[in-house]
This record gives sequence, structure tokens and C-alpha cells, in this order.
Amino acid sequence: MRFAVVRFPGSCDDRDALLACSRFGEAHFVDHRESDLAGFDCVVIPGGFSYGDYLRAGALAGLSPVMGAVRRFAAAGGPVLGICNGFQVLCEAGLLPGALLPNCGLRFVCREVEVEVASAATPFTRCTEPGTRLRIPVKHQSGRYWAPPDVLDTLERTGRVVFRYAPGHNPNGSERNIAGVVSAEGNVVGLMPHPEHAVDALLGSADGAVLFECVARAEVAA
Amino acid sequence: MSGTATPRAGDVAAAERLRERALELGMTASEFELVCAKLGRLPNELELAIFSLLWSEHCGYKHSRKLLKRLPRSGSRLVLGPGENAGAVDVGEGFVAVFKVESHNHPSAVEPFQGAATGVGGILRDVLALGARPVAVLDSLRFGDLASSRTRYLLDGVVRGIAHYGNAVGVPTVGGEIYFDRAYEQNCLVNAMCVGIARREQLLRSAAAGPGNRVLLLGALTGRDGIGGASVLASADLDESAADKRPSVQIGDPFEEKKLIECCLELAERGLLVALQDLGAAGLSSSAAEMAAKGGVGIDIDVARVPLREPGMEPFEVMISESQERMLCVVEPDRVAEVEAICAHHEVRATAIGQVTATGKLRVFDDGRLVGEIPAALLVDECPAYDLRGERPPRTLYDPPPAVVAPEANPATKLLALLASPNVCSRLAVFEQYDWLVGARTVRRPGEADAAVLLVDPASGSRRAVAAATDGNGWRVAADPYRGAFHAVLECAANLACVGAVPLGLTNCLNFGNPERPHAAWQLEHAVQGLADACRALGIPVVGGNVSLYNESEQGPILPTPIVGLVGLVEDAAQVPRLGFANPGDAIALVGPAGSRRSLRASELARLYGYGLPERLDDFDAAAAVATIQRVRELAASGALASAHDVAEGGLLVALAECVLAGGRGADVELPALDDDELFGEAPGWFIVSGPRHVVGEIGTVIGTVTTGGDEATLRVVAPTGEIAIARRELERVWAQPLRDALDRA
Repeated sequence: MRFAVVRFPGSCDDRDALLACSRFGEAHFVDHRESDLAGFDCVVIPGGFSYGDYLRAGALAGLSPVMGAVRRFAAAGGPVLGICNGFQVLCEAGLLPGALLPNCGLRFVCREVEVEVASAATPFTRCTEPGTRLRIPVKHQSGRYWAPPDVLDTLERTGRVVFRYAPGHNPNGSERNIAGVVSAEGNVVGLMPHPEHAVDALLGSADGAVLFECVARAEVAA
Repeated sequence: MSGTATPRAGDVAAAERLRERALELGMTASEFELVCAKLGRLPNELELAIFSLLWSEHCGYKHSRKLLKRLPRSGSRLVLGPGENAGAVDVGEGFVAVFKVESHNHPSAVEPFQGAATGVGGILRDVLALGARPVAVLDSLRFGDLASSRTRYLLDGVVRGIAHYGNAVGVPTVGGEIYFDRAYEQNCLVNAMCVGIARREQLLRSAAAGPGNRVLLLGALTGRDGIGGASVLASADLDESAADKRPSVQIGDPFEEKKLIECCLELAERGLLVALQDLGAAGLSSSAAEMAAKGGVGIDIDVARVPLREPGMEPFEVMISESQERMLCVVEPDRVAEVEAICAHHEVRATAIGQVTATGKLRVFDDGRLVGEIPAALLVDECPAYDLRGERPPRTLYDPPPAVVAPEANPATKLLALLASPNVCSRLAVFEQYDWLVGARTVRRPGEADAAVLLVDPASGSRRAVAAATDGNGWRVAADPYRGAFHAVLECAANLACVGAVPLGLTNCLNFGNPERPHAAWQLEHAVQGLADACRALGIPVVGGNVSLYNESEQGPILPTPIVGLVGLVEDAAQVPRLGFANPGDAIALVGPAGSRRSLRASELARLYGYGLPERLDDFDAAAAVATIQRVRELAASGALASAHDVAEGGLLVALAECVLAGGRGADVELPALDDDELFGEAPGWFIVSGPRHVVGEIGTVIGTVTTGGDEATLRVVAPTGEIAIARRELERVWAQPLRDALDRA
């Protein structure tokens, strides 16, 4: 499995994502100026403050050359994972529905939360069971998932809510406790919690490793 | 350039004008005379501006330099001591830990958000200047009474500023402390410590070398920000125009800094730099002068080549601008193109603005025209150093804190009052605004252990780690500067011991009042001696630091506050205990130096009683405290302890409550008495540890057992004279909220 970890100016969790991916395959950085993702099996858009979060979190990165390549990679069915700022970028780029608004408390929040797998029908959750609880940290200023009610209804009806904050664990006021969603085609996943920061019990939790493991295992099976 | 011809009427008038300007700039008449004598002529206005800044207390350490010589400077693990942008110690496997603490007090008191943000940005660049990746920030914050709206405004702004900068720049904020006292009402303290990691062979120095080598300015554009900080300059030259009302606090841009960090690290890794230096106070002037002086060379700068953010800046403004996110480096001529290419890749501006010379002088040109010329060593090394004339102040210099609990109250009431007090209550509402985990190194986060623990090289799978903590209880230092400062170092070492870390080096920031006044001079002298003796007792060097004086207002001076930051080595991070009780059935032991006793003097409980400063702190046996700290450290490092926590503010009962709160378990404890000294007294070198009885019984007195968690978890303390039993939920209720409420009301 060859992971591409996309790097924008201001990406902060890029090296951490690379480290997490390399536990389950071969991982390489891809610069934001690249326009080709040939040879990669999975694309990870890491967390951080791409372009300093200027304008809006993820807005500028969503327009960078590499996103054209990500779009083509996704259109060809390739698995894409956007973590935190990566989720914001995917929403801004129109690859995922909805938006990430400033947290309810209007403060940055960094905390370990419990997240439930709501759908096991994505490349990153298919080796789990729905209802599985994962202990994964969140850290963000704008992580409140929002979409119009009809879009939220559609997402729920079609099984596109992938992760929900467990009861009492919603750190930002996200609608319907949504922590992560998947594209209509089922291959582009975005989530606010940081699974790449939960791959080693020494650093707090290893529950996030399952996302990388699932996608790596799927490739082996295929 | 002004010559030194025979005095004429015009020259005399010019000299008089310059002398007046020097006084306006904060120099003394004798310092001005000294400048003239050393130069052999009158300085021009640009040179005078540079002198006034480099010979200021902030850059020149005029009132502390002699004292600081008392601090020990050697240690077996020392790699770089004072004199560089930060210190460095060897942490093994080819790596060094680079660290320093620095203040940003005055800017934060004026504009808390940007003041604190740029304080973080500045200390990151100090560590970066050595070619080290910044991997952790710790913040020591001091504010006035939490009941005051000004305090809540400052606290909220400072915390948001630290979060804004640290989170966006991708460096975790992993620790620090916050303390409140009325004496900080006008002068809050914001001290930021940064720890970096570098491969030993990649360490960079700031000494310029090689005449003919190019001097490149990297990073942000240069503007007028920070010039107002030396406000007299702006007002003198710009009259009453709008420009001099420009905010004098610098504005930080963490995005620019993030790019600068990645860029400089790549330049360092590729071995492209002869020297690297950050731009801090006094901007280009001090950076260039220091690089030249350290290398025994000269540097020419052409201000016309400096990329500006606004047009029409005077040469002196360019030279002293404190615009953030800039670094200065020396590059060999045939590698300039490669450096420029790497900078372009990182979208970091790089401009050749000058070169290294053999003149030994800092020469300033404006589009080729010489506008200033000063021997670099004169600026950096020959600033006068003053003796302090100290005199012990009366204890009434500081107001007693307001009384909130009566000495007649029962122990449970006192415990709850302590847990709800601003200096003891939960810091979670602050720490969870900080990203403490980016970088995939954080083994122990804030509130989880007494010191932060960070992996040295996460990519390798090695479990070697560094530990870091800060301390500095101003109230105890005010009571007794020598012992108080000594205790601060011991407490910091105790924090490190709880995570099994061997202390390797110390950095400090001396926050005091006006050193020209006897009280502050006396406090400074005794506190520095305390720091020096404590470091010798622990066998560790002081690797550098910072001094912030003149923290006074019409309401009086701040509490004398030496902040100490320690960095230690953990061989195996997997063995590190947490501070909370972990396993029901584990034995709880109280560990302390033989013959030592804890007392209420200058304790947090005494403060809650409304007691003023005591005459002095109790005598203590430093060797016994150090030996105890070492025993706890060895056991913690071995993995034999389930938990370890030092007995600090609030004493034994607060420490037990914190172990219950953090671990989610209860505790049954038996003590010989329930008197104030036993329950709430403070002294260095005391710990609460838990683990198997035979293990903890070996280093301390077993006083109880960890009990089950859940809703029934209770802290129970029995003695022949009575019993205390408080549910964990009740402890949590009073402890968790005060700081969160204060921030919500900011």
C-alpha cells in the first residue's frame, strides 16, 4: 500500500500522518504544487493550518494544484482520508458536503473524545463493526459540522455519516454529533478527530490505527 | 560621519542635543560619555539609537550580568551554555535538547493576545537559531487577583494568544503553570519556554565567520512595529504625526513562522549555513552586532536592501524594527543560490542584505552610503555592568491576600477552599485550548503527570524521551528570596523525578522589580544565590535564560519571580508513572527528606487565611531533599511506581486530592494527626507515590491504600483525632470550575 500524504504550507500534522501511514504501508509526502498522484493507493490530507487558515480554514488549500489531482484520484474511486484541516479542505473543495464552523465555545479545544463508527461501509472502516467506540483526540478551532437539514437527512438516510461523537463527547456542537462523513461514491472520508494521533498506546491511544489498517488490508484483499 | 575636529560652537550645541536625546532614549549621562569616549567621537543619531537599545537592560543585562556569573555553567551533559540563543544538553543517541525560557511581560500587559503570541514566536526562533526543531512550549503565567476583570481579560487574552500562535505553528504546548497574586495586577508575567531537538552534528551557532560571506535576511517584511516599544524614538523623530500612535506591540503571524521553521531546518540539515540567528529585541542591530561580536568579525548591512512592509522607513527604523518572523544567516557566496532556491520552495523571502567583513565593526549603509559604524564588540560586550545596592524591604511591601477561610474551620472545609482557590484549581480549561499532541511525541500531557514527557525521535521507535517542567512561586520567594528560589529549583527537580527524569540543565527567567531600587536589588541578589546553590546541589548547569526587570507600577513591585525551567532525560518513556492513583489495592506512601517537616509558612493555606509574608522560610536540608528526589526518580524510572506526585501548593492533603482527581480512584489514608502543618504544610522534597507495598514502603512511609473508582470513589483520611471523607465527585465539583468560570466571564 502506497500512501500519499499531501503537504500544504502550514500543514502541521503532516509528519505525524506520515508516521501513522508508514506503520501500515509505504508513505510519501506530496507537495501542494504536484498535479499527479499516479502510483499511490491512498491519499491522506493531514491536519494543521494550511495557509494559516487565512480566509477560512481549508479555503485556500482547496484551490491548490494538488487538489485537482486529488479530485481525479477520488473520481477514479481511490480512497481519500481528510483529517481535521484535511476534512475542512475536502469540504471547501466540494469533495464532501457540509462545512466546519467555529466551535460552539469559540475556543480551540484539544481533548481525547470517544467516537462511534456509524458506518462500516467505507475503505477506512470496513474492518470495524458499526457501533465500535474509538478513543481519539480532537484539536481544532472550527470543527462544528454543519449542513442544511435536508442534506443531513440525506447523509443519515444513505449511511454517509461515518463517525459520531459518543453521547457527551461532542466537543464543538456538531450537528447530530457528526464527527465524520463520506462522499456519495463511498471513497472520500473526512473527520475532525485525529486517528493519526491515536496509533500508539504510549502516546495515549491506539484506537485510530484501525482506519489505516482497514484501508491497507482492503488493498491486500484486492 | 561626524568627525572629531576642534570643538566649535556648533559642535558643542550638537553634543548637547545628542546628550539630551540619549537621556530621552533611557541612557544615563555617564553611559553617553562612555559611548563618546569609546567611539572617540560623538555618535550620530542612528548610532545613538543602536547604543540605547543594545545597552538597555533588556539587551545588555546591566544590572544582572555580574550576578549571573554566580550561576554554575558546567555539567557532564552540557553541549552549549549561556551566550548562544539557547542552551543545549546531550540526550543521547546523537541528539541534543535545546531550550530556553524568555519573558514577554510588558507587551502582554499592553496587548495580551499579541503580546503572548509573539512571546511564543520569539522563543521558538531562539531554539530554531541552533538548528533545532522546536518540539514543546511551556508557559509560566502570573496574573493579579482572579476576581478582578482586568485579570480575567489578561488571562483570557494571553491564553488565546498562546493558543493562536502555538497551535497554528504546529508546536505542542505541553506544560507550565499559572499563579495569581495581587502584586501582578498591573504587571502580568508571560514567560515562555521552548524545548527543541536537534541532531548533535547539525547544531548551528550564531557566530559570523568568513569575511566575504553573505548575510541573508529570511522571513517576514520589515515594518515599523516594535519601534514604538522604544517609544521615545518614534515620538522624537515623527513629532505628533499619526505614525507615532501606531501600536508598539508587534503582531505575530504563525503561518510565516511555520514556513520559516521548516525552511531553516532544511537549510540546517543540508549544511548550507555558516551561522544562524533570530531577530528579537532591537531587531537587525542586535542580531548583526551579536553575530559579528561572537565571531570576532564585522558585518556590513545595507538597509536599502531590506524588504520593507511600508515605504519611507528611516535607516534607524530598519535597524531597530522588531518585526516578527525573521532570521539572519551567514552563507558562503557560492551557496547563496542554493539557499535562495530552498527558501523559494518554502515560500520564504530571502534577501542578501550585507556581508561579513574583517573590520570588527557593524557598519550600516543606506544604498551604499555609510550611515553608521560601531565596533561590534563595543555594542555587545562593553555595555557597563552595575553593582546592585540591595536592602531588605519590610514585609509590608506586599499586601496579605484576602482571607477566604478561617483557621478554626475543619480540615475538609480547608481542603475544599484550597481546591477551589485560583492557585490550586484545575488548569484544564486553559490547557485544553492548547494543542498538546502535535508532533506525535507527547507521552505525558498537561495534568497527567508533574512534568511533560516527549519522545526524542518518534520516527525511530525509540522510547527515549525528554521531560520538562517549569516552576517559580513568587510568594515564597518574596518571603525569603534565597530559600524561595532554592525551593523553586527543587520543586522543578521533584516534578522531573515524578516522571523518572534525570535533570540535565536549567534555564531561568528572572522577573523582578526595579533593580535600581534597594528592595528589588536585595531580592535579586538573594534569589540568584539561591538558584546557584540549588543547581550546584543538583549538579546541573544553568544553560541560559532571560532577565525581566522593572516590573513595577505605582501600586508597587511584582512578587520577585524567578521562573525556572528544567529539562531532563527519560531512558524509557513506557515506564513513566502518571500523577493519579491507578490501581485499587496499591499502597500509598508519603516520601520526604529525613528530619524535614512541612510548615504553613508562606503556604497556600496561610494565604487563604489572609496571612501576610512570614519573616522567612524554614531551614531545610538541601542534601536530604536532593537525595529524596533522586530516590523517587530512580524508582519512577524503573517502572516500579504506579503513580508519583510532588507535595506542592496546598500540602499533603491537596496532593492526595489531586492524585484522586487525576486517577479517578479513591484513597484510604491514615495519618498521625490532622493538624495544619501535617495536612497543608509545604516544604521541598515531599512526594506521594503509589504502587506495590514492598516497593513504595522502601522509600517512604505507607500511609494508605488506593480504593475503587467510579461514583463511590472517596478520599478518606483518618487520624486518632478525627476523620475526613469527601467524595471524589465533590472534590471535582469545587476543583474543576473556577478557572473555566473566570474565562467564561472574561
